[in-house]
Amino acid sequence: MVGPEPRESQFHMVEMDTVLEQRPTRAVVAGLVTPAPIARAGGSAIELRGLTKRYGEETVVDTIAASIAPGEFFSLLGPSGSGKTTTLMMVAGFVHPDGGTVLVDGRDIAAVPPQKRGFGMVFQNYAIFPHLNVFENIAFPLRARHWAKDMIEARVSWALELVQLTRFADRDARQLSGGQQQRVALARAIVFHPPLVLMDEPLGALDKNLRFEMQVEIKEIQQRLGMTVLYVTHDQEEAMSMSDRIAIMNHGRIDQVGPPGEVYERPVNPFVGRFLGEANLIDGTVIAEGGDIARLRLSSGQELRAPRSNSRGPGRGMLFIRPERVEIAPGTVASAEPSANVLAGRVRRCSFLGNILRYAVDLDGAPPVTVDLQNAAGVAPLPVGAPVVLRWPVADSLILAGDG
Amino acid sequence: MTVATLTAAARAAPRAPRDRTLLLMLPAGAMLVVMFLAPLVLFFVRTFTEFDGTAAEFIDQARDLLLSQAYLTALGTTNWISLIVTATVLLIGYPIAYYLTTATGIGVRIVVLSIVLPYFTSIIVRTFSWMVLLGEHGLVNNVLVASGLVNHPLPLMYNRLGVLIGMSYVLLPYMVLTLYAAMRAIDPSLLRAAASLGASGSYTFWRVYFPLSLPGVLSGALIVYILSIGFFITPALMGGQHDIMIAMLIDRALEVAVDWPSAALMSLTLLVVTLVLYTVYYRIADIRRLIGAR
Repeated sequence: MVGPEPRESQFHMVEMDTVLEQRPTRAVVAGLVTPAPIARAGGSAIELRGLTKRYGEETVVDTIAASIAPGEFFSLLGPSGSGKTTTLMMVAGFVHPDGGTVLVDGRDIAAVPPQKRGFGMVFQNYAIFPHLNVFENIAFPLRARHWAKDMIEARVSWALELVQLTRFADRDARQLSGGQQQRVALARAIVFHPPLVLMDEPLGALDKNLRFEMQVEIKEIQQRLGMTVLYVTHDQEEAMSMSDRIAIMNHGRIDQVGPPGEVYERPVNPFVGRFLGEANLIDGTVIAEGGDIARLRLSSGQELRAPRSNSRGPGRGMLFIRPERVEIAPGTVASAEPSANVLAGRVRRCSFLGNILRYAVDLDGAPPVTVDLQNAAGVAPLPVGAPVVLRWPVADSLILAGDG
Repeated sequence: MTVATLTAAARAAPRAPRDRTLLLMLPAGAMLVVMFLAPLVLFFVRTFTEFDGTAAEFIDQARDLLLSQAYLTALGTTNWISLIVTATVLLIGYPIAYYLTTATGIGVRIVVLSIVLPYFTSIIVRTFSWMVLLGEHGLVNNVLVASGLVNHPLPLMYNRLGVLIGMSYVLLPYMVLTLYAAMRAIDPSLLRAAASLGASGSYTFWRVYFPLSLPGVLSGALIVYILSIGFFITPALMGGQHDIMIAMLIDRALEVAVDWPSAALMSLTLLVVTLVLYTVYYRIADIRRLIGAR
């Protein structure tokens, strides 16, 4: 397990400042009065410090740390059982941590009950009140705060417009489609301008097209209102398309935190590499070398070069390369190049996936390498068994320590 | 899909194979007809056909009976007692049912057992047990007098109070189990959602939990009320001379006065009221499904 926490927290401090400067949205919201107890116009800064949860023998969340900047869209991404929902529930106040603290704008909120935390929350199953209509569902947090009637009306209308449900105000919540229920849940969670909105796999139950539509919409609303969002998902595309930063969780720990591009391109370990999308991980022996570039010797004796992800010494290792970064060309001659890795192989399989052609290419004595080719004009699939040459820039690949 | 296309599709579809599962209901249905429906119908038919007199005389007698002081008093008493019992049982049963839906472990088993166990005991045994407890020299009065809280034994039995205590006890399980079923159907994430939206515990209860449990409250109340208006043994054993309920009046008409037409007529009114209430109950069960309770 790679867990460079001290280094990472420094990294967040820098990140937080830049995010603060980049967000003009706080001014937009500054005019709106928010009576929420922990509220500030815009979003709150959230810090998780050594947060831990155990159920019996099992440590579900293991001393995780993260700093979320005001107005940041921060995702917890991981497979089921990785502890991401438990983490969210600890921030919401529904699960009591066994260790560590949650700080909101520097204040420890351990003693604050969920209903006093003032966060918005969107649940996976929407949790729409079935006996209330759309308007009353959205008005619920305002009525619970004993707002004046005309203020409630104004704010709910605003929220309805935001999620494009104005026409459905009087509709029974039970009569809504999944997507509409999702919008009601979203409107209800933001109508009182919470400084932090927690979302627990909010799009998990929607079909693919609707999911994409809602991703865009949620992201737009979040940016417009400048709210801080802590988002839990197991869908890596969703996390990448919406997040400012992603924390990849595995076995109760955060393996890596970073902007989508960074975690996708430079995973710290094979798990992160695989979890964020198709990845080739080619086994071999790392040969230490001065400088940033190391060599990896395959079982066939061939050598590949790539930057190292950490400064561990020689040993087992893996070369990480995304399928779309590999060029494939018919031919047999693999001549060495100074800035690229070149390998010869044979086409084992070619799958047509619509926008891409996905090749599996056999190498000598190694598992097949996956290569994605954009389905452009004039691209014809290569026949099975055809000899091909694979080529990718050294800088696009990475050598990872061979654990995980 | 529109209705037109639906019916067209139904017409075009080949005839579905006959559903034979209904045959499984045959023994139960036969038993109901032979042992419940037939005697009931015979009772009414024979009573009314054996009446020797004109139709006008019959109507006169019926009116006299249904407007008689004894009948009207019994009607009022029955409904009043049923109402109080229903309210009492609801007030006691609601917290119990709520506890059962939230708690886990040994506590639940103990509560369920203590609610269900009396079910397996004869109602007469249970009523006599109460008489042992509530009598003039019963356990409760002995303790009260011995502790000096009261000077003379309290009249806990052979009056309205005794009837209410006995009936509430017997009917409590019906309320608890009905409420429990309704409360189990309430999605717990709704309560979390309410809390996350800033609602206090009492606000969540009155605005979310109670409205969602309302179908259960109504069903439970109706079941208890329906059972109450037909109650006989408990008021007969634990009541006083002012606690005559309709069922007791019917019994007297049959056993003492041997006045079958009066008994039949009173039974019929009781049956009609029960059926009307049952229709309401059925509607509510339907509403519960509509609300989306699982």
